[in-house]
Amino acid sequence: MALVVLVGYLGTALWSLRVSLSSSRTFPTYDFVGLAQFERLFGNERWMLSLENLAIYGVLFIMACMLIGFLLAVFIDQKVRGEGLLRTIFLYPYAMSFVATGLVWQWVLNPTDGIQQAVRQMGFPDFTFDWIIDQDMVIYTVVIAAVWQASGLVMALMLAGLRGIDIEIWKASRIDGIPAWRVYFSIILPMMAPTVATVFILLFTGVIKVFDSVVAMTQGGPGTASEVPAKFIMDHLFGRANLGLASAGAVVLLLTVLALVAPLMYARARKEGVA
Amino acid sequence: MNKIVARVGIYAFLICAALFFFAPLYIMLVTSMKTMDEIRLGQLFALPMQATLAPWRAAWSEVCTGVACEGIGAGFWNSVTIVVPSTILPILLGALNGYCLSFWRPRGANTLFAVLMFGAFIPIQVMIYPLVKILASVGLYSSLPGIIMVHIVFSMPVMTLLFRNYYAGIPAELFKAARIDGGGFWRIFVQLMLPMSAPIIIVAAIMQITGVWNDYILGLTFAGREHLPMTVQLNNVINTTTGERLYNVNMAATILTAAVPLIVYFVSGRWFVRGISAGAVKG
Repeated sequence: MALVVLVGYLGTALWSLRVSLSSSRTFPTYDFVGLAQFERLFGNERWMLSLENLAIYGVLFIMACMLIGFLLAVFIDQKVRGEGLLRTIFLYPYAMSFVATGLVWQWVLNPTDGIQQAVRQMGFPDFTFDWIIDQDMVIYTVVIAAVWQASGLVMALMLAGLRGIDIEIWKASRIDGIPAWRVYFSIILPMMAPTVATVFILLFTGVIKVFDSVVAMTQGGPGTASEVPAKFIMDHLFGRANLGLASAGAVVLLLTVLALVAPLMYARARKEGVA
Repeated sequence: MNKIVARVGIYAFLICAALFFFAPLYIMLVTSMKTMDEIRLGQLFALPMQATLAPWRAAWSEVCTGVACEGIGAGFWNSVTIVVPSTILPILLGALNGYCLSFWRPRGANTLFAVLMFGAFIPIQVMIYPLVKILASVGLYSSLPGIIMVHIVFSMPVMTLLFRNYYAGIPAELFKAARIDGGGFWRIFVQLMLPMSAPIIIVAAIMQITGVWNDYILGLTFAGREHLPMTVQLNNVINTTTGERLYNVNMAATILTAAVPLIVYFVSGRWFVRGISAGAVKG
């Protein structure tokens, strides 16, 4: 029974790999053209742009989520009032779909009626915030929306990590007179390495998958300025009937994930084996 | 003195952050209750001068979702018919898998489990076309059973993991005692394990309901025109309309689509967080 699914997973992955080595267009063919599809893929301007966008998006998104999530967790952990309410507010975006998130931010950031217009009416007539229609800046708006959606998740996981830390460490560091920020950086953060790794894997797989939010927010535009690999693949699978190329793209994504996740999984498995 | 400054700083930071996180929801709500004339004034943060529910009615039953103009309500029911079986079946299968892995330990099961965990990381795009082909070959592509099967496949790793870890915490002696008393594979599962699994079933249900409801790419690809889930229809409403965009109707439709997972989240509170952390700790 679980076997069926494994065939589903392994079988489909191998199938895509096979198709990526063929010259398939609308229908799969099983000739063998070596890495020709990969050469075409990396000669494709749209694909290269989508990779570049993914890199910008991935780095900024992961860094911003980690930073904001960690700060929120630390600050909430200072015995503040209204903790429950704050946590609810920080985490609710995570319950919203990427589509809804993208649409809300499309509306908020839209220059004619959104934030730009609102700030102008408050008495700053020259205020400009039109990233969403700016080819060079549009990918950053996707980052903003995604960070808004996912930071709460990081906060929740980090907070759980912080609460799991022995309070004796705090007592000891207070006796030694170490300032709180140093304790966080030099002691607490290293102790939370497993949590950080988990969060990283979660965010990273989310980055590779990014599709819905771009479709909802910008449809990859203006032009192809906010194209991402997942969307490129979907377009070539279904819209443009270019199976071989799309499968090659999918295999590249798969390899990227494996390259990053496999070492982390391996490290964790070894650790558990020892303990 | 220093302490007070620190306290003020902490609260200032948290309140600013809370405003940032809360703002989009607020903007959605006020926009959905304004008239278009008022929206054109461009006062994003202002409360509606004359609150109206007309955009909500339009969103639910009139707005055009591509071909038809029957509102987003139809998508709501499509999503419900997808979510219900796509919650129940994966939970049962996940429980069964976890039960097998924890107590019966058939040969090779752990290897299978490891591969399954790895499968969780395969990007959807790698699997999507072969799955289309497989489903088409058995005549289930673009159908309700098809989309449900796809959800079962993609949720299997997390569901199995949840139940495996949960059952790992149940003493093996209990299982052995049941065996000695003559319980068979199914009898122990149905009469002993399932009733003990209530907490983890709740966690799993929350994850599945929100996950399946919020899915876009699978619904778009596998559900077929008759069963497009609400998220897909919502995107069609907003991104394929021509002419002036009715932002109030759009925002009402967005809130309606986000409502189900949001309600699940607000009601379930801590259980929701438990689901996240349980699903996050792979392996």
